[in-house]
Amino acid sequence: MEKFIYADNAATTAVSNKVLEQMMPYFSEQYGNASSLYSFGQKAKAGVNKAREQIASAIGAENSNEIYFTGGGSESDNWAIKGVAHSMAKKGKNHIISTAFEHHAVLHCLDKLKKEGFEITLLDVHSDGLVRVDELEAAIREDTALVTVMYANNEIGTVQPIKEIGEVCKKHRVIFHTDAVQAVGNIPIDVKDAAIDLLSMSSHKFHGPKGVGALYIRKGIVIPNLIDGGAQERGRRAGTENTAGIVGMGAAIEIAVATMEERAKRLSEIRDYIIDNALKIERSRVNGDRKHRLPGNVSLCFEGIEGESLLLMLDAKGVCASSGSACTSGSLDPSHVLLSIGLPHEVAHGSLRLSFSDENTMEDAEYILSVLPPIVERLRLMSPLWDRIKMEEKENN
Amino acid sequence: MYTEQVMEHFTNPRNMGEIADADGVGEVGNAKCGDIMKIFLKIKDGIIEDVKFKTYGCASAIATSSIATEMIKGHSIEEAVALSNKAVVEALGGLPAHKIHCSVLAEQAVKAALWNYYDKQGIDPAPILGENALCDCHDCDHCGE
Repeated sequence: MEKFIYADNAATTAVSNKVLEQMMPYFSEQYGNASSLYSFGQKAKAGVNKAREQIASAIGAENSNEIYFTGGGSESDNWAIKGVAHSMAKKGKNHIISTAFEHHAVLHCLDKLKKEGFEITLLDVHSDGLVRVDELEAAIREDTALVTVMYANNEIGTVQPIKEIGEVCKKHRVIFHTDAVQAVGNIPIDVKDAAIDLLSMSSHKFHGPKGVGALYIRKGIVIPNLIDGGAQERGRRAGTENTAGIVGMGAAIEIAVATMEERAKRLSEIRDYIIDNALKIERSRVNGDRKHRLPGNVSLCFEGIEGESLLLMLDAKGVCASSGSACTSGSLDPSHVLLSIGLPHEVAHGSLRLSFSDENTMEDAEYILSVLPPIVERLRLMSPLWDRIKMEEKENN
Repeated sequence: MYTEQVMEHFTNPRNMGEIADADGVGEVGNAKCGDIMKIFLKIKDGIIEDVKFKTYGCASAIATSSIATEMIKGHSIEEAVALSNKAVVEALGGLPAHKIHCSVLAEQAVKAALWNYYDKQGIDPAPILGENALCDCHDCDHCGE
């Protein structure tokens, strides 16, 4: 059989069989509209409410009424950030603090708000990809409306000091939102303990279906709607409930949390094994702090080669991975995340991200480590940049 | 995203390597943009007797270099001078819009090597190749930094 290793779980995951099983009845049997009053509709509603409970419990929310279903992580981020900004602007607060390496769903909202007149402070994430809480606290002003810092970075996997950030925000009475799309289901989250006011999540990152997400909004925080229309989600997010998707998200998060500890242990072993061995390749580096890191994230750079070529050669060997090179980002610059941790363009072009889930094994790691070094070597053999690097090395010795 | 021809040339690049006693060597692109192409020419009696390339870049950068070498090897200098990026794109069965610049780079890499060849021969390359033959900019803001 041809080899196939899916190592791009930070991009999306497979819907697990157990999740799919629970979703299936909601397509053609329990297809009622969850907002309809008759009992057939109420059965669908029961499925939605169960999922709401499952999600609330997974993130430590006080009440399931604090969970609002959306069309995905990007919508949750848009709603949270634009919502808080616009509601706080009425109180004269026009300043937002975030970081340079947020997902575009956050950064592009901030760009838009900047055009509307908001002032944006983007915190440095340093070479280790971690926000410094003292720098965040120093950036808070009288007119700060919102702090939005991602829970864990999607490319380099660094986990931010969320609890400390929450405490600082609480102390200064600033609303705190976190894009937790990469963190939910992978590491423990407790919104009460970490004093999080709003939290974005996306179902397809933890073996749920695509096209469904949720926003946690702490009770007492009122933000304007992003999607206006019917009275779904207690009048705060219009649109007929994506019943099957929501049920799938609930089932997926429950499984993810129940199996988290064991999985995190296993995946971090795979992660560390790959990083330790890949670093034996000369002129390679790991991106982001190694300790404060998602269990399944490997992010590396290999000097002298370009990421897209690397990905396509890995693909030819049956390995699905991703890169932050310009060619793969669809622009002329490499990923803003890699630049934000201070990597020069030419190093960032040679990046590789491998992200693992339940379905990966140590054998996958062994296989990847057997094909990766020869690919890097082959590309370097072709590369005039590599020749130059080696020549400079020689001159310096 | 890529045609079969691009993938074929990327997977099995033709004429990859260096020529130690090349008659002309040209290099275009820069590391910051993510692609560098280097072409080595061996020229005898007005014919491109041998050609090799080295490329740092994405699959289309490697494929365009590979096919460009194939398109000029064994051909006359005049034909090499006339090699256009359009011909390279056509030979590859097309390139995605944001990869067209790779074909431009391939054309320029050949021209840069020819420029070096004429220069060594004591012939002014400008009238033959055009004054701007070596401008390797492709809509980025990294060049000239």
